[in-house]
Amino acid sequence: MQRSNTYIFTFIVALTMICAVLLSLTNESLKDKQAANVAFEKRKFILTTFMGADAVGGMSPAKVNEVYDAKVKSSVVDYQGKTLDVPVDDIEIEKEYKKPLEERRLPVYSIIGSEGLEYLVLPVYGFGLWDNIWGYVALENDANTIKGVVFDHKGETPGLGARITTQEIQSRFVGKTIHDKEGDVVSVTVMKGENGGGEKSIEAYKDQPHEVDGMSGATLTGKGVNKMLSDYFTAYNNYFKQLSVEKTALN
Amino acid sequence: MSTAVEEKKSAPSQPLFGKKERQLLSDPLDSNNPITVQVLGICSALAVTVQMKPALFMALGVTFVTMMSNFLISIMRNAIPGRVRIIVQLAVVSTFVILVDQFLKAFAYDVSKQLSVFVGLIVTNCIVMGRLEAFAMGNKPFPSLIDGIGNGLGYGAILMIVAFMRELFGSGSLFGFKIFDALGINYIGNGVMVIPAGAAIVIGLVIWAQRARNGMVEE
Repeated sequence: MQRSNTYIFTFIVALTMICAVLLSLTNESLKDKQAANVAFEKRKFILTTFMGADAVGGMSPAKVNEVYDAKVKSSVVDYQGKTLDVPVDDIEIEKEYKKPLEERRLPVYSIIGSEGLEYLVLPVYGFGLWDNIWGYVALENDANTIKGVVFDHKGETPGLGARITTQEIQSRFVGKTIHDKEGDVVSVTVMKGENGGGEKSIEAYKDQPHEVDGMSGATLTGKGVNKMLSDYFTAYNNYFKQLSVEKTALN
Repeated sequence: MSTAVEEKKSAPSQPLFGKKERQLLSDPLDSNNPITVQVLGICSALAVTVQMKPALFMALGVTFVTMMSNFLISIMRNAIPGRVRIIVQLAVVSTFVILVDQFLKAFAYDVSKQLSVFVGLIVTNCIVMGRLEAFAMGNKPFPSLIDGIGNGLGYGAILMIVAFMRELFGSGSLFGFKIFDALGINYIGNGVMVIPAGAAIVIGLVIWAQRARNGMVEE
């Protein structure tokens, strides 16, 4: 049966309206819960960088919050290393990433133990092969040695670039250093080519403090990781310098 | 799309859940399975079957979408203008898919991250649109609802079989539980099972086994 154009238009408009209202209502009612999930994942990431995925994976959500509240102190610094009077929750790392390096506001998560500063956890943000990548890097209190990293991504290729989220890849960064002897940032570079994966990959670069083994088939994601790390280590460098001055002063 | 079923002439005394309804539910599970017989929805079956947990949520999601959209389209089938019916179907399917996505994000965040784009891609899953065109547009709401559940479960059953094999042999675990470690066997995961190629092989084996059993051959 052929219907009139008016009927078709009315039908489509009505259908669209109903769908739109339904979806907006759902989104509006679930928004808080979704945001809470994202915030909780962030806490988990930060703890994972210095405690390891196995330890954090075994914790209940309440325990994660408890440990986080007890250990993590957050602050915000600028490119010069000056502390800004801004709550860390106001900083949207994705928006800061779009600004030039010198103008970014940079969150710092200090992990405080019984003997003062234990680790520094820094957020990093960049672009992989297809879409944004991000993560957290924990440095020992010398602000030089990497304690652990966590990476996540939006749309890297499963099985290739998406491997940056695996413990296998992330464990390759442990123990690497980001400064040379003069204290300049050299960052850590993911190389091209892969030496067999797993332990073999770690073994292959164990004498190279600034290089980690690559991911076969994901060289461009590796390059994205390199740019992301060197960008942020550079941005934080003035803060690192200040930290070491403070430390010497205390001693 | 050639399996269009004629509108059922319902006698008033017919039982609510008769032979026909049972068939609508059981056919897609075996002799008319959307994945292994019609070979639809392969893309997501390859992508989300590395582990059983995401595969289960995907199966539930697809079942919900086929069920609800079949039902709704069937209710509206006489009001839908023929010229824009595909768009109408798409709008209805997308709405349900976004609902599933939103609920996963709120209540099963880790699963929603693993499934990532594949939840959104249910919209383009041939099974959903195929059932709407072939069944819901020409049948009453209740049989359409059953048909949607049947096809969703048929898709889900294959997903679970494939995910079972892949997680067991790829990671040595089931639903994240390290089964070989618990049995005291030192098992090294098979890398092929973790990548999509492993899924293609497993699906091929399932199709082979099923056709050998049912004696089905391509014409």
